[in-house]
Amino acid sequence: MTFTTSLRHPDEADSALGTWFKTYAPWLLLFSLVGLLYGIAEYIPWAFKYPREWVIPLRFWISDAVKWLYNDATFGLFTFKEFTRGVSWVLEWPLTLAKSLLSTGFLQGQGSDAVVVWPRLAWVALTACAVVVALAVADIGLALLVAACFLYLAVFGQWESAMVTSSSIVIAVPLGVAGGLALGIAAHRHPIFEKILTPVLDLMQTVPVFAYLVPILVLFGFNPVAAMIATIIYAMPPMVRNTMLALHRVPAEIVDFGHMAGCSKRQMLWKVMVPSARGGLMVGVNQVIMLSLNMVIIASMIGAGGLGRDVLTALRRLNFGAGLEASIAITLIAIALDRVSHAFAHKPPPVHGKNARIFLGSNPYLSIALLTIAGTWALGPVLPAIQTYPENWQVTTGPMVNDLMQWLNVNFFDTIEAVKSWLLINAMIPFKRFLLSLPWIALVAVVALSGYRLGGAKLAVLVSCLVTFIAVTGQWPKAMVTLYLVGISVFIASIIGIPIGIWSARHERADRVVKVIIDTLQTLPAFAYLMPVVMLFRVGDFSAMLAVIAYSLAPAIRYSNLGIRQIDPALIEAATAAGCNRRQLLWKVQLPLALPEIMLGVNQTIMLALSMLVITALVGTRDLGQEVYIALTKADIGRGLVAGICVAFIAMTADRLISPWSVRRKKLLGLE
Amino acid sequence: MDIRDSAPKKVKLSCSNLWKLFGQGADRFLSTNKNPSHQAVVDAGLIGAVRGVNIEIHEGEIFIIMGLSGSGKSTVVRCLSRLIEPTCGEILFDGSNLLEASAKELIEIRRHKMGMVFQHFALLPHLTVLGNVAFPLEIQGVDRKTREQRAIEIIELVGLEGREAYYPRELSGGQQQRVGIARSLAVEPDIWFLDEPFSALDPLIRREMQDEFLRLQSVLKKSIAFITHDFDEAIRLADRMAIMKDGEVIQVGTPEDLVMRPATEYVAEFTKDVPRAKVLTVMSIVHDAREGHAYDNFVLATDKIDAVAERVLDAKHGFGVQDESGRIIGEVNQEDVTRILIGRG
Repeated sequence: MTFTTSLRHPDEADSALGTWFKTYAPWLLLFSLVGLLYGIAEYIPWAFKYPREWVIPLRFWISDAVKWLYNDATFGLFTFKEFTRGVSWVLEWPLTLAKSLLSTGFLQGQGSDAVVVWPRLAWVALTACAVVVALAVADIGLALLVAACFLYLAVFGQWESAMVTSSSIVIAVPLGVAGGLALGIAAHRHPIFEKILTPVLDLMQTVPVFAYLVPILVLFGFNPVAAMIATIIYAMPPMVRNTMLALHRVPAEIVDFGHMAGCSKRQMLWKVMVPSARGGLMVGVNQVIMLSLNMVIIASMIGAGGLGRDVLTALRRLNFGAGLEASIAITLIAIALDRVSHAFAHKPPPVHGKNARIFLGSNPYLSIALLTIAGTWALGPVLPAIQTYPENWQVTTGPMVNDLMQWLNVNFFDTIEAVKSWLLINAMIPFKRFLLSLPWIALVAVVALSGYRLGGAKLAVLVSCLVTFIAVTGQWPKAMVTLYLVGISVFIASIIGIPIGIWSARHERADRVVKVIIDTLQTLPAFAYLMPVVMLFRVGDFSAMLAVIAYSLAPAIRYSNLGIRQIDPALIEAATAAGCNRRQLLWKVQLPLALPEIMLGVNQTIMLALSMLVITALVGTRDLGQEVYIALTKADIGRGLVAGICVAFIAMTADRLISPWSVRRKKLLGLE
Repeated sequence: MDIRDSAPKKVKLSCSNLWKLFGQGADRFLSTNKNPSHQAVVDAGLIGAVRGVNIEIHEGEIFIIMGLSGSGKSTVVRCLSRLIEPTCGEILFDGSNLLEASAKELIEIRRHKMGMVFQHFALLPHLTVLGNVAFPLEIQGVDRKTREQRAIEIIELVGLEGREAYYPRELSGGQQQRVGIARSLAVEPDIWFLDEPFSALDPLIRREMQDEFLRLQSVLKKSIAFITHDFDEAIRLADRMAIMKDGEVIQVGTPEDLVMRPATEYVAEFTKDVPRAKVLTVMSIVHDAREGHAYDNFVLATDKIDAVAERVLDAKHGFGVQDESGRIIGEVNQEDVTRILIGRG
């Protein structure tokens, strides 16, 4: 009698098949059902195309509600209209002050009769102040960068517009920070408020900006104050989130200490919590600044002047020369402010003996700044060049850029056109047709099943409701066009970005270069991508796709890089010791472990792609973004909001499906 | 018999029948089930962090609460200081019920009568050493000059003079904890909580800090609740100690009690490798004095055997044993000392 010891349990073959069946059977069933759907298509046309009669007229309800709010609503003491006017009136004060200081000078009198009583800050003085701040928070390198940015504004004739833009930013940022801080603190103190606030923030960060420009336009009118309100609303959510997160992350022991020291509620907040959370809060401040700059061009659609309006006008007239210079100006301001606030946020921890305070007490930086301001005011009347950069010293590249465009068009038009047409005919259009031909009910079912497998019944109900909402409000075909553009852009961004991320994580030197590039990519305002793309490829889906890819590339790279890097070095050593070569190391160890993080990157890429896609409506896409944009030009609140919410729901569906998968996978791999 | 039990001690802080259950419906569960077992608590889906704990901390003693992680020792101390609200029980601080103190009264009690040291120091990163130590006084509203003067005194006391202007990050772990200790002493607290103060430090530094701690206590004579998971640390520092497991106190006593008379297998497991000579006092091996014999040398009854062993073994004649008042209460012989030294307790 011989003993054959089988490594396999006799039941195992069956059970393996069983697991396989359990995993895939629902999908097989679903796809055969969808097949069946096609078979009986002519009997159930409603499953393919959502019938018009079934559409819920939500957009009209919203429009009517806002109309009532604006015309008839009253809070007893005052009406809603008076309320919005009050808000405008209050916000107009600081804005006028900032504008006087930076742009117009302090005026007396009205309109064209106004006389300058006290001049604005001279360009020399402002540049000097900016350089001094850069020196104070960082080093000479940053100071030079800041100086170069300001010089660009002066030399290329962007100063006037830049100051109009800056005066709005200067007021919007502190208000956004203060508001975000207050909401974040309230949410930290009252868990119920946090529960209410979180979904609101989710929605605010995924609804395209255009969508809430419309109600602001209707309620506050077409003027700089309305534009500033839009900027604040847009820039505030990350501050709220960062505040909540930063306060939450204050070590429990420090909180305990605060209690044991006998802090009152107020002392606890301002003397213990906020200083301990400083790092996280400063990240929020940085994001508020960046988002405010991102809004510059968009806000000009409801009345902000300055650089934003210059770019928008140029874009509408296809006058690239003028537009490019203004775009670069916005970009440079963004880079300078980002670097300065970033340096401030990441200032090395204080060292004893060095003065930790920057803006207080007797310190050389402040004195230099004050002296320059006083000096320029004194010398201004004598030497006007100090006060205002002389026009005849200005340089413009406008005509040059336009010539270059012409040259490119003459010489490369055919090549570019050929590439573009080939991609459109062979990839983009077929994909679009496929999505449009899909029965909506099948897509809802796929999303619901994915939700069920990833997060149970609750998630399944949530995501299928989100998707069904799109069909029910009659936005399905436009949503499919959005999905097609986002899908194809995210796909391309991923196949470019993920390998770059992985490659750079494995090569030190490449990593440093890539890091600088994606840092810069992430500081560029969304519109900056639009200009060159349209210059080269004209309007249409292809240009939109390129802009979306460029804008959404950064997170794909960043997260893949992070995913590979944060793998425990001990694991790599173990794999190397086991004799893995580099390829095996990548495919068998690094990639599987990094996958959850990479998928989070894809998730972020989708979010950015959606937000960019709405902006590309300006260059003529035919999707939900276009719907919102049209609503803006017609001041149709319902139309804009419904389409905007649909975009948000697409983003949320993707997020709710990918994030839990990633979290679960990480737990499974023991990474958290 | 223990000499220290002979004098009645004033109780500084005590708790009786203290319970803390985490989870939903803990209140209801406890009001319907008096004294539930560990299993009953688990079956109800609750976590029994503290279960029916009775502790008395005497004035001027180092009372150590020792237990492995998850035994509930941290929760007990956080209940005693009301950082965590107990589910039920009574806490008496200087004879008055701490659980009845209003939020306002509690703030006053913490400001003036309690100090706490934390495992990971919990220093405020944006303040200097001086600022951190003066912080509790700042919270009370003491003016800058007074509070900084007081802070400088304490910084000197913990041996950090010259580092007043440093930031926490610039200091080593041991130095940071000295700041933590100084800060907790700034208000001259009546009760001093130390939550695993030396656990995050390297072994060598830990030893040094323990010595430093004993030195400070010999000067300050505070009433102390000290938490540790390190049994050696506990017997080294404790006047009395409590051993906790699964939220319950298993045994309370002097280190000597625990070593000589472990209440359960669990306690015995901890104590079995402890060198007896480091724990037992001369008192435990004292014989009756020989009638009419004149002793040349004396040891104190409260001395640890370890500390006097060398002298006793080197001597030619037996040693007399005195109590704290100098009265002769007996003698020790070399055989007994040797027996203890080689571990035949």
